[in-house]
Parts: sequence; C-alpha cells; structure tokens
Amino acid sequence: MTSSDALKSVYDAIVVGAGHNGLTAAAVLAKAGRSVLVLEAAEAPGGALRSRIFAPGYRSPGLAHIVNRLDAAVCRDIGLDVAREPRLVPTTVLDGSGRAVVLRGAYGEEIEGVSPEEAAAFAALRKKLVFQAAVLKRFLRRPPPRLGAVGPGDLAAFAAAGFGLIRKGREEARDFLRMLLMNVADVADEYLADDRLKGLLAFDATLGIHLGPRSPTSLLGLYYRLTGEVAGKAGGQCMPAGGMAALGPAFARAAEKAGVTIRCATPVARILADRGRAGGVVTADGTEIAAPIVVSAIHPQKTFLDLVDPAESGTGFIRAIRNLRSRGNVAQLNLALDRLPTFEGLPADAREGRILLVRSMEQVETAFNPAKYGEFSPDPVMEITFPSRADPSLAPVGGCTLSALVQYAPYDLKGGWEAGKPALQKILLEKLEQHAPGIGWSIVAAELLTPADMEAEYGLPGGHWHHGELQADQLLVNRPTFAASGYATPIEGLYLAGAGAHPGGGISGLPGWNAARHILAGEKP
Amino acid sequence: MQKFDCLIVGGGHNGLVTACYLQRAGLNVAVLEKNGWVGGAATSRELTPGFLYSNCSYVCSLFRPEIMRDLELPRHGLQVIAYEGGAVFTRDGDYLASYRDHDSHRREFARYSKRDAEAYNRYARDVTRQCRFIQPLLMRTAPDPLGFRPRDISELLYLARKFGEFGPQEMAQTLRFWTMSISDFLDEYFETDVIKAYLALSGIIGTALGPMSPGTAYVLLHHYMGEVDGSVGAWGYARGGMGAVTQALARSFESVGGVIRTDAEVEKILSRGGRTTGVVLAGGEEIKARLVVSNADVKRTFLKLVEEKDLPGKFVHRVKHFKMRGSSGKVNIALDSLPEFPALPKDSNCMRGDMHFTDSVERMERAYDDWKAGRWSADPFLDMMIPTTIDPTMTSPGKHFMSCFVQYCPPKVEGRDWTDADRDAFAETVISQIADYSPGFRDRIVHMEVRTPREIEREVGITEGNIFQGELTFDQLLFNRPVPGYAQYRSPIAGLYMCGSSTHPGGGVMGAPGRNAAMEILRDLKRPTEAMSKAHDVV
Amino acid sequence: MTLSPRHAAQAHILMPRLETPFHSRLAALSEVNDWYTWSGYKAPHSLADAELEYFAIRSTAALFDISPMVKYRIAGPDAERYLNRLTVRDVRKLGVSRVHYTAWCDDHGHVLDDGTLFRFGPDEFRLCCQERHLPWLLDSAYGFAVTIAEETEEIAGLALQGPTSYAVLSAAGFDVARLKPFDVVTLDRVTISRTGFTGDLGYELFVPRDEALPLWDRLWAAGEAHGIRAIGYGALNQARIEAGFIVANADFMTAETALRADRVRLPDEIGLDWLVDTEKPSFNGRAAILAARRNQSLKHILVGLEIEGNIPAEHAIVYHRGKHEAGIVTAGIWSPIAKRNIAIASLERPYGERFTDDLWVEIYALRELKYQKMMKRARIVPRPFVKLARRSATPPGLR
Repeated sequence: MTSSDALKSVYDAIVVGAGHNGLTAAAVLAKAGRSVLVLEAAEAPGGALRSRIFAPGYRSPGLAHIVNRLDAAVCRDIGLDVAREPRLVPTTVLDGSGRAVVLRGAYGEEIEGVSPEEAAAFAALRKKLVFQAAVLKRFLRRPPPRLGAVGPGDLAAFAAAGFGLIRKGREEARDFLRMLLMNVADVADEYLADDRLKGLLAFDATLGIHLGPRSPTSLLGLYYRLTGEVAGKAGGQCMPAGGMAALGPAFARAAEKAGVTIRCATPVARILADRGRAGGVVTADGTEIAAPIVVSAIHPQKTFLDLVDPAESGTGFIRAIRNLRSRGNVAQLNLALDRLPTFEGLPADAREGRILLVRSMEQVETAFNPAKYGEFSPDPVMEITFPSRADPSLAPVGGCTLSALVQYAPYDLKGGWEAGKPALQKILLEKLEQHAPGIGWSIVAAELLTPADMEAEYGLPGGHWHHGELQADQLLVNRPTFAASGYATPIEGLYLAGAGAHPGGGISGLPGWNAARHILAGEKP
Repeated sequence: MQKFDCLIVGGGHNGLVTACYLQRAGLNVAVLEKNGWVGGAATSRELTPGFLYSNCSYVCSLFRPEIMRDLELPRHGLQVIAYEGGAVFTRDGDYLASYRDHDSHRREFARYSKRDAEAYNRYARDVTRQCRFIQPLLMRTAPDPLGFRPRDISELLYLARKFGEFGPQEMAQTLRFWTMSISDFLDEYFETDVIKAYLALSGIIGTALGPMSPGTAYVLLHHYMGEVDGSVGAWGYARGGMGAVTQALARSFESVGGVIRTDAEVEKILSRGGRTTGVVLAGGEEIKARLVVSNADVKRTFLKLVEEKDLPGKFVHRVKHFKMRGSSGKVNIALDSLPEFPALPKDSNCMRGDMHFTDSVERMERAYDDWKAGRWSADPFLDMMIPTTIDPTMTSPGKHFMSCFVQYCPPKVEGRDWTDADRDAFAETVISQIADYSPGFRDRIVHMEVRTPREIEREVGITEGNIFQGELTFDQLLFNRPVPGYAQYRSPIAGLYMCGSSTHPGGGVMGAPGRNAAMEILRDLKRPTEAMSKAHDVV
Repeated sequence: MTLSPRHAAQAHILMPRLETPFHSRLAALSEVNDWYTWSGYKAPHSLADAELEYFAIRSTAALFDISPMVKYRIAGPDAERYLNRLTVRDVRKLGVSRVHYTAWCDDHGHVLDDGTLFRFGPDEFRLCCQERHLPWLLDSAYGFAVTIAEETEEIAGLALQGPTSYAVLSAAGFDVARLKPFDVVTLDRVTISRTGFTGDLGYELFVPRDEALPLWDRLWAAGEAHGIRAIGYGALNQARIEAGFIVANADFMTAETALRADRVRLPDEIGLDWLVDTEKPSFNGRAAILAARRNQSLKHILVGLEIEGNIPAEHAIVYHRGKHEAGIVTAGIWSPIAKRNIAIASLERPYGERFTDDLWVEIYALRELKYQKMMKRARIVPRPFVKLARRSATPPGLR
C-alpha cells in the first residue's frame, strides 16, 4: 500500500461516480474552495440520468424520465442552469375504459374525470398528505438525527416538526401519528371510492419499492413523492427544458463551473484505505490518485464490497452492507416509434406529462404478488412518458420515443431474464396495444431494460435505482446502515453521497448536497 | 333488584380480569354474558360427549403472571404446563423438530445447516433484547403523545429512558426490528428455508399479514413476550383446556362477591348527557350503573351497542376504519386414538408440542395471497397440537383432542358470506393436509368442529372474527389502539370504558388490557390501586 | 431405501448429552458419577476426588478430555490475511508449527471470544475456543479465498498436564523433547502442542475421533509409572485460576451472548490489551479499541487480587474503602500451591486503575445455614499467581 506521503495529493477530494448526486457533492465542495476530481466509469456523466442510444437515431432519456423532486436549494446552491420556473405537467390515469382521470397542477390540484364528490374527497386526502409530507420534509435536507447524541440541530428539527404538526390542531396530529406507517391501500380506501384514483396512489406509493399497496408502511413511498417539489409546489412534476437528457450535462456543467475536474471513462478499481483511513483511489488502468477525502456517490454495496478491501471494514459492517435489501423491481421499456401514438382517452395536452396504465389498487397488489417469488407480473402496471416531446433530438423528425417504467419485474427472476425478457416484452407490447391500438405498427425498435440490465448498464447493484430499498427499516439512521448513516462511514475520510445515503433516491441532489455540507462542517477551518 | 356500580359487557378473559380487580377494589360488579357460559374465546366446551374442546384460543403463554397472582388463579384451578417440543414436517419426509434442550435444538438445526445452528444464539439474544424492552410496556397504559398531561409526559419520558438504555447501535437496530418483515429479519440470520418457516410462524399467527409484510417482526415479539414461569418465550397448555383460565377467573370473581349473568346479551349501552347510565339487555331488561366496561371489540361496542348520535363524528369514523378482518380459522377434532406421524420417531416429544406442515416462507406467503384475494388458503399453514398428550383431563385415556389453528381464512369468501358448503370445503383442505402426513387420520375422527371467522363472530361475538379484536399493525398499536386519543381505555362517553383486546396491548390470552383498564377506572374513581401488582421487573 | 445424512442424523435426540470419544474410558474411571454439561457434552466435574486431581496437575500428570472445545479448520490462500483481520494479534508473526493465544472482537471492539490459533502450514490453521462462531467466521470470509469448517465432533482432544507429562509422552513413544512452549508437531497422526490451561508443563493432543481410544490407552499405559490421573473440570479450574487464565462467559461476557448492553468488554477491559497489535493491518474492532484508549473511555479493568484469609471470594463484591462498590470477583480460590487466597476480579475504572489501594471484598461464607459475613482486605497483584519454571524449560524435565 502506498503511503500518502509518497504520493502528493493533488486533489482535496475525489468523488467516485458522476451521477447527479456525485456532481452535486463535487460542486458544493468545489464552491467551498476544495479541489475536486470526479471519476466516472461511463463515457459520459449523468449516472442514471445518462441518455443512451437504444436504436439507430433514437435515444432514451436515462432511467429517470420525469422531474418531481429536484431540490430548489440544491439547484440554487450549485447554480444548475435549468429553467427556474418550470411548467407543471399532468398525470393521466388510464384504466382501459377510455375514461381518463387527469390530475393537473401539483399532484392533482385540479382533477378531471371523476365525480364531484370524488374530486372533493381526493382534495381532502391530498391536503392531508401534503401537510403530513411537509412535516417530514424538514428531515430530508439535513443529515439523519444522531441517536444517543442528539445535537442542537436535531432538536431544532424535531421541535420544528412538532410545532408544524400541531399547528393544524391535535386531530390532524393524531392522524399523522396513526398514518405514518400505514399502508397506502387502507388510506386510499378510507378516503376514496374511485378505483382509478386508488390505483394511482397505489402505483405512486410503490414505484421502485418492493412493496405492494397493502404492505404496511407503503404510504411512506407516497409521502416521499410528496416531499418533492417543483416550482415550489409539493407533488409537482415537470419536464425540464431540453428534456431529461439535458439534466445530466447541466449537473456536469454546474460542477465544472465550480471548478470540478470530471474524468469520464475512468472506472475506479479500488478505494485505497489503510487501517481505517481512506487515502485515494486506484483507477482501472492502475493509476493511483491520492486524496484525503473520497466521496462515493455510487451504491454502498459496490463501495464496500467491491472497491474497498473488505479487510478494511469490520465483519459486522460487511454483514450489514450485504444485508442491505437492494433488488430492483422496475423494468424500463424504451420504444422507438415512427409517429406519436394515440392513447384512448388521453387528452392531447396531457401528452407532455406522465400516463399511468393502472386499473385499481387490486391490480397493483396482484401485480406485486409474483415479485415476491421471483416472477414478473403477468398483468403489470406502468408509467409512460414521451421523452422526445420535450427533447426532439431524441428521435428522428416525425418520430417519437416512449419510455415506460414497468412494475413488477424482479431482479432475481426465476429462470433468468434471458428467457423472461421476451415474455415480459410481449406482455407489455400487448398491453400498450390495448391502450393505444395500432401502436404496434409504429414501433421501429424496442428495448426492455430489466433490473439486471440496469445493473450492468448503470452500475447499480440489484438494478435498484434507490441504491437500496426505500423502506422504513432502511431510512434515516439506518440508511444505508447505521454505521454509515449520516454520510461518514467507518472508514475515516470515506463518505457516502449517493441515493443509498439519506434521504434516498430520485433526482433530488439531496444526498450529495447533505453529504458535502456534512464534510465541510466536519473539517477544521 | 341488586344494584351494581359497574357492568361488564361480555365475559371474556379480559372482561373477567377487569371485573375481578374492580370487585376486589370494593365495587359491586356484574358481568353480562350473551352465551350460556363465560369465557369468550378462552373456553373448554364439551362439544361431543367425552371430549373437552379448547375450541377457540389454544395456548396459554401470554397470560400475565402478575394477574394470575393478584387474582389467585392457581387457587381457583389454573395450571399451565409448558410444551415439550414441536416440529415442522418437510415435504421430503423429514421434519425439523424444536427441542427444549439447548444443545439438542442446536443439533437439530445443524442437520439442516451448521451455520444456522450456530446462528440461533445470536438470533435468540437479539429477540430477547427486544422482548425485554417491550415486556414492561404490556402492563402500562400507553402514553398519549398529544395528551400533554403530566402522566402522559412522565410515561413518555419513561419510554425514552428505556429506549436510551439500548445505546445508539441497539436503538437503530430496534427501529429496524419494529418495521421489518419477519422474512427479511430471518434472512439476516438463517439460510435454511424450513428453519425460517418454523421461526416465521410467530410473526404471522393471528395477523392479516404475510411473513413478507413489514411489521411482522414486531408480531413475533407479541408471541414471544409471553412466559411460562419466567421462561420467556415459552408456550404452554392450560390444564383442562383454555376454559380453565376463564373458569378460574370466574371463580375468583365470584369468590369476592361478583355476579355473573349468562344468557344476558347486552343490546344497548345507555347514556344521557354524555354519561353512561347502564345497559339494556335483549328482551328489554334495563340495568342501571354509573360504570360500564365493554369487553366487546371496539366496533361492536361503538357501532352496535352505543347510539352513533352520542359519539363524536371523528371517533365514529375512526372506529369504522379500525381494521379487524379475520384471518384465521380453527378445526377442532375429537380422535378415538392418537394419530401416527410416521416421519416422527416413536414417542417423539414433538407430539407434545405444536406441529406444522409449512416448510417454506414462500408457502406461507402464498397462503396469504389467497387470503388477500378473499379465499381461504389452498395450502394453509396449520398450528396443530394434541393437548391430550399432556393433559389427562380433557378426554378419556387413549382418546385425544386435536386443535388445528388454520391460517389464512377470510371474513368473507370472495366478497360474499360464508356458506356451510364453504366451511366444509375449508375443513377438507385442512384434513387433507394432515392426512398427507398421517395415514389413517380420517378414520380416527370421531367429531369435528370447524370455525371460520363467521363462526367466531357468531359465537364469540368478535366482529369479522379477528382473534386479536383488531389487527396488529403500527397504526393500531400503543397510543393508536383502538382509536388515537382514546387509547387509555376511556371512551367519549363518561363512565364507559373498554377492556377488550381492541385496546393496548392487544390480543392473545394475556389479560393485560383487562388489568390496565381496571387500573385506569380506579384512577378515575380515585380509589387505591396498591392491590394491583406492578409489572414484574425485567432485570 | 437409503436415508440421506440429514434423515440419518435424526437420531441425535436419542442422546441429548453427547459423549466424547473418550467417554467410555472416563466412565470406567469415574467413581463419583459427577457429570456436567460442557457445550452439549457429558464432562466430569471430577472422577473421584477433585483435590487429588488437582495435585496430579501440580505433581505428576493429569489427563483432561478437551474434546468439547469448539474447533474450526481454516484453510486457503487468504487464510493468514483472513485471520489477521479476524483476530487482534498479528498472525503473520505466527510461524508454521506454532500456536498462539488470541482473541477476536466485533466491530465495536467487544470481545467475541478468546482461544488458541494453531498454524499447521502456511495456509492451514485451527481455531480452538469456548463459544460457537460459525456465522461470524463465515461472514468474515467475505472477500477472502478461505474455507472454514467446523470440526468439533470430528476431532478428539486431550490435555496432558503436569511435571511428568513429558515423561509420559516419552514413555508412550512420542519424541517431543525439542518441543518448546507453543510449538506444535504431528507424530503418528497425533497432533501435539506444548500448550495448556494450567500454567504447568503440559501438552495438548488431537486426533480424529476414531483414533481417540487407542491414544488414550497408549498414554494411560505409558503414564502408569508416572502417576497419570484422569481429572475433571474442578481441578483444572483451580489450576487455571492459579495461572491467571480467564474463561469466556465466566470472567467476562462474550459480545454475542450478552443480553445487556453494558456487559460487553473491550480487550483492555479484560486484561487482553497485550494481545492487540495496532501496528498490523486492519482488524475487527481496531478503531473502537484505539478510540477507547485515546478517549480514555475504557470502563472496566481485570485484575488479580490477593485477599487476606483463606475463604474463597468467588462472586464477592469488591469495595473501595469498604463502601464504594468497585466491581466483582469473577473467580477465586485458595491456591494450594501458592498458599494464598487468590482471585480474578473485574473492576469499574478508575478502581483498579487510579485507585488501587484500600480495596476490600465482602465474602459471604455459608456455614451450616448461616452466612458468615466478612470484609477482607484485597491487594492487586500481578497474574499469573503461580509461575513455574518447568512450564517453559526446554528440553522439559522428567519430573
């Protein structure tokens, strides 16, 4: 092992992985005057936002196909040059009957296609959930509270949450304490009658999570979504100007503007550590780069099981990292189309938003069942966008791309994905055909990314875009695991800054932002 | 006409516990029971000549020893005997036994996996740590975090201090434990499916959840926090069947002057000006009292017995949405001889414990999927035992009573009511599973009683046949059980209290809800509570 | 139909207390039938007379069955590196055919167990210990090319301890003259190490279980002229206290068994600080141990005590100035060879660290149904309480 004395540290910090969190962390550190190098395995930065050519002339937007939680403070702080006043786009629920439910504004501030009573019921539930999510939100922009040694900042956050909670009266607070760990199905049943709306909530609560709507704690997924804001509105969603594919480069630009050096096509082979102290990295070509701080914005399992010598970690820590549940359930279908498809019931102005193909809560629950046993759903649910609408460069003139996030498609498919993939793709195309008759004729090419493909393509162990299940037992002080929660890890000088760290995945930038701020706060001036 | 200070609606074990404590505190108490016998879901009944059935609940492990002592239940005939062992039969003709002896238990696990055998200690240690934390909470009223009363605040501080004793690492582990599924929790210790299936069982018994549902690790605790004479986690039989528990309670109650009226179904709980005034029985008889304590579940109490107009709208809404879907059934069988299980060695002590046929977590979870879809499980899991191998009082020598607890079994079949044909088909699923492992089993059957949630609701009166009087999910535990703001045994109506398993700490033949309710009532009456033992120390 | 090994193993329940491979010999020698359970095995407290058995250790040769010791075989190209990460001592310094005493900790530096590590070859080791650790050992192997096999039942073990133990081995035809303390050699398929738990001249012998009885008989025949005597745990326990050795879950609670968060111990808190090699590469618990040393947050200390009088003080409370509770005696005896009343105690710092004087133990001696309560002065003394030159003399003496 090379001592850091022998090798002069050119950089104050090395960030492993140029995903949006890695770039955010790098930008924050650089803005504070640190010299930062970001190393990225792929040819281009962006991580899961990285656009890919999936058919001649057609590009996909990356795994994320809509923005719903990009944090305003993060954008401001790192100077992300995306539109400041984005336009909210709607969500349309299609159940196959041709009668669409359209939610406009931020998470259905206005709602079309349901009875007035149902609209009022939804508004009441929405109000309650947005209020409750707001109580939780304050915990997302700061490191998880420290157990046993609760600091003044933690106390202030708890106190603020407490006051925020009783602000609306004791009954609202009681509802919050009752609902926090409930399942989304019971909540939806309590307030709503329309199957399509219940299906929407069920889908949104469970997307990317290995739970069904009837699993206890599944409401957390919906809260998580509602802690996201677009244009200052909780639950809003938008397509950034230039489309999702523009977002990765925007983060990279912001980082570079802050003075960060980004080196792509430079996979890190090892993170150097000696007797509990990180000292730099070795790249795949054998180059050793020293730095007193290494920030890993990639998956915690890849960090500690592959890049750091396991001998440098304790057995208990390795055990906890291996126990991290991180097996994805979402597949992405990218379609190259020669024209814009027509979905029955979809209003023309809702094409810019997202479309959910879901009939009911029961459908989501039933779709979940096989995933528990390593089988994909024979009747899956999905979320669709047309990425080329916001970014025409993704498809040839006149053409169109469709991106569908499909649930449930478990990482560990019994019998393997080689055989499973064509079967699932067939089901998906049939389902699309039902909703958009004739779409089959317009398909130029189709690509199905299973969680196994995502693992290979994006370096996501288990193909899990949250870098680990976003469930109650893997949140806050237990994200990704207690000994590495709060960004510092058992290895001094090595920090986590990816979705596997608090508060979790999605295009928010918060894990990277929190991590960098934590690193800066911990340094002696 | 005798005057009563307090009427208990329903003579289940919790109602009797409350009745005993209040009568001992000097009140005149009457227990009103709709059936011709008391006991609720803890009964021993001779349903066929010569055989005593524990036809509802079947194990006695959770019943608090403090209550047994306070109410002198041993003197009134209660004896609890620990299980000797247990077994899960595997589909390859083998079994996984559970033995009381630590080293035999380890060697049995080692037949399947040496690693799992040696992992058991750490597993047991970790679960015991959690039990030690939770046990003292059973005999305390759950503090209301939004109550802001001195008692609530001091109780919250007590909880915080208890939690603080864990140290940061264990605190974080505790947060995980409370929210994990039993399946995920077990995956962190064990690799063998049948071992996980055997241990997962306690995470789902009585619940409307599968082993892969978050929160089932906590349910495991709910079944482990019992004890038989200080042996934490042990399960046992009540000698004479589960009715022995309630018979002892009834005798204890009557020995201090309490009055039990059977065949006295309460039709209405009366109130005037927000205060209860008594009850009306079916048939019209009115009994006055300034205190009424309902042992019935929260839905039956407030949606059937109390006028909706007398209750706040928010309260009624929350009661309506209290979840108590039945998830289990019971098949009780009289046998003319001891069944044989060729997989087991002759005279195996596994026969004197609980036996199961579900050898994988996946089978359990699939059984749950059936329930979610509104069907009884095609491949159910059984918690089966033959108490007469230990208890000579329930039938004559050579004959046996078998209790099969069956999961899952829905309150309605695909949305419609149960029919007798459904019930028989359900029973056949159970019998055929047993017969697969026990040749000639059918020929030994003398009589059989089949109980689906329909029968449980009909006889015991529990809404939707949920054996815990309310599902054990986070939103229905502690200060949320049964209704936020009304989790301290009181109700919106002054003088009307709850003491059933719908209240903290929940179901199982534990007696703690009944005891805690009595404590709160006596506090309200400003009567001394010294005669009520505090929870035993956990040292 | 042939049964699978798993089916065949069902029969274990017929013998809930396993018998060791030497059981038939022990049973034949047992006059008092005084058995206890050691890790699921039937083991003798004593065979005839514990006091005489003790003197066999100190004056002739004692034969003690150590088969129930838990044993793991660890092999593979990464075995050394693996064990170096697992345990607190530097395994690189453990030569082939050598044994060392060591300990291993969890991530928080809390001791999981102590034991002896045998090195048979560059990539070949055996770990002997009191508790079971297979899941920990297997989980520790993540990222290492190493195999771990539990071999407790397969390997039988005997401790031959006492001044004539070398003479017994010589007479039995084992040439171990050049075997220095902590050397190990294999002769006639018998693995012999110069190790033991008595602080005396002594050896430990290991064979596959099928070869157990011939080994016993060979030693027994050779030992008759040298005063060989089979002993039980009572005698051994006395000798180990004299030697100042600690026993897991008797003198300290191991990290995986402790139910209560404050019962776990760092190596420095149970007198094992000397094992911890902070210069070697990373190992489990390193950061926590160093942090505790740096922050002076060590809470406990293990000390040897000499107590006035002759009443054993086992499990007595230790006081400072007769009133402040300072700790507990974990093991104590009247030492027949040192003629001193000795004890091992766990004290809460600063007692035993800054406050070393004015310590007292409160002894409750139950005498004919009445406690005689005594406050006796205790003095911290170095361990071992008994140091014998013959333990390390090479070549060893014959008597």
